Amino acid sequence: MSDKPTKGTSEGAINWITNFVRPKIKGFFNARETPENLWRKCANCGEMIFHRDLLAAQNVCPSCDHHMRIGPKERFAALFDDTYEELHAPEAPADPLKFRDERRYTERLKDARTKTGAVDAMQAAKGRIDGEDAVVVVQNFAFMGGSLGMGAGEAFVSAARLAVAQHLPLVMITASGGARMQEGILSLMQMPRTTVAVEELREAGLPYIVVLTDPTSGGVTASYAMLGDIQLAEPGAMIAFSGPRVIENTIREKLPEGFQRAEYLLAHGMIDAVVHRHKLKETLGRMIRLLMKPLPIDPAKTNGSGGIVPVKDAALMPVPPEEE
Amino acid sequence: MQPYLDFEKPIAELEGKLIELKRLASDDSGVDIAEEVTRLETKAAGLLRETYAKLTPWQKTLVARHPNRPHFTDYVRILIEDFTPLAGDRAYGEDHAIIGGLGRFHGRSVFVIGHEKGNDTKTRLKHNFGMAQPEGYRKAVRLMSLAERFRLPVITLVDTAGAYPGLASEERGVAEAIARSTEKCLTLTVPLISLIIGEGGSGGAVALATANRVFMLEHSTYSVISPEGCASILWHSSEKAQDAAAAMKMTAQDLLGLKVIDAIIPEPLGGAHREPESVVRAAGAVIENALGEFDTMTPDEIRRQRREKFLAIGRMVPPGG
Ligand SMILES: [Zn+2]
Repeated sequence: MSDKPTKGTSEGAINWITNFVRPKIKGFFNARETPENLWRKCANCGEMIFHRDLLAAQNVCPSCDHHMRIGPKERFAALFDDTYEELHAPEAPADPLKFRDERRYTERLKDARTKTGAVDAMQAAKGRIDGEDAVVVVQNFAFMGGSLGMGAGEAFVSAARLAVAQHLPLVMITASGGARMQEGILSLMQMPRTTVAVEELREAGLPYIVVLTDPTSGGVTASYAMLGDIQLAEPGAMIAFSGPRVIENTIREKLPEGFQRAEYLLAHGMIDAVVHRHKLKETLGRMIRLLMKPLPIDPAKTNGSGGIVPVKDAALMPVPPEEE
Repeated sequence: MQPYLDFEKPIAELEGKLIELKRLASDDSGVDIAEEVTRLETKAAGLLRETYAKLTPWQKTLVARHPNRPHFTDYVRILIEDFTPLAGDRAYGEDHAIIGGLGRFHGRSVFVIGHEKGNDTKTRLKHNFGMAQPEGYRKAVRLMSLAERFRLPVITLVDTAGAYPGLASEERGVAEAIARSTEKCLTLTVPLISLIIGEGGSGGAVALATANRVFMLEHSTYSVISPEGCASILWHSSEKAQDAAAAMKMTAQDLLGLKVIDAIIPEPLGGAHREPESVVRAAGAVIENALGEFDTMTPDEIRRQRREKFLAIGRMVPPGG
């Protein structure tokens, strides 16, 4: 599945990731897999992890807490309470530019589909997160670097519209190298197109919660990935507009430690919180409850008033007695 | 003296000869050069026409980046009366890569916002070559809010290689600033008309070009990434920029075919830089017409038209481009 080595998965995207990430972090799965495929090596600390332990830990390294990249299937399994309903991938024009670089775009697309079993780089599903109904959209970095093209853009628009139609919050889990260059300007146009869908959620008064995961960059960061009512990120996630190498070439100096990582963005006021993958489900559930169910949920705690606190009990200062 | 692009060398030689010839004649008035001048002029004009009739996408990229191409400031000087620049994002700073302000266009008050690249070393540095930081986009959002409040149309002029890829720019959330600017464009209930006057580079262009009407100058470009950037990623060599420019379909003609833009504004023979005044006036006429189309629409209709226009992009692309 998407836990394969990420080498080569970024070919489709405006993706600087493969070009700059230090060897230490590169790969995320240096899948020096045993013949039985039972052990995985953590790309961050080098620890060999038994596959079942890794699965139980939601692909977070038990020894160093490194959050490995996961795809839609693993994400849905981790977030939803039990069953969930996957949305059909909407129709989108295939290869509108008849694009060819060193290979044909249609061939790259076919390979990605064979490798991932998915139609495109974005998958949506409906289910319950910690008891709360929600539509969840997950970007799949293993599919051409999670690149944003017409298929993914349309998947986002239709997921948002389902959320509006069924009055549900939308949770967006990003992972993308950016726009899909092979679709040229039509890829770029997914920035305003997805933003229209975000506006529709806003106007319906529905929460749009973004979870930035590793990596999120380029045109994706500069559109729906940064427009959440609430912006969360996984620990260590690389979040950027321009990649570090491009920036280093521009400013001709070394970048600070941790630059463009989730914690750095948090410190610079760009996101609301960094949330561990093991806490994500309960965090999302709580946020959805707070936003979707604003009145007290337990009637026993509300003086039987249906959630409205009587004004007399809410008085802040004693009124001084009137003097004759 | 006119700076020539590489592919204009034969034209440069002819026009150079003409200048030389005229100079000689003025030094020595006894020489009759009229016939030779006419011959060279005809030849130069013919060559110019021939060259510009079949510009490759890469050549168009070079024309779009021509240093003498009319820039934001030229459009404002020629088209906008009482232009009153309004500076700052009210949060951090003033970004000279994006200029914005109030002015009067063909009699009506408007907001004008756009990228300015500068035209010599000093102004290029001042305007950071038209590559904006977050503050530029946040200023644009602020001005669009004012336009909404006073119910004034917005005209945007797009001319950027892209947002500035700098450390501070990233730290202060350039991606978020671009996203918010695009979002602001989509919430406006006043008309928003956009012109790609040179380079429409990536998200930094979209942030101002999510408009009710989008026009491109004949030799301007609009793309998801620069041809050099695309080539270095997909071809692993920036020298394949010519191939990338062709493959990405980034010319005004390509974009009209893909129904991403509404119309093309013709440029004078040899490019906008040869007759800046006339091309800017032609652009003015197009803006005037476009604004007129929204006079009878309600605020809600204006916003809906813009959203539906963008949602329809791609859905209308004919099979196989
Ligand atoms: Zn580890």
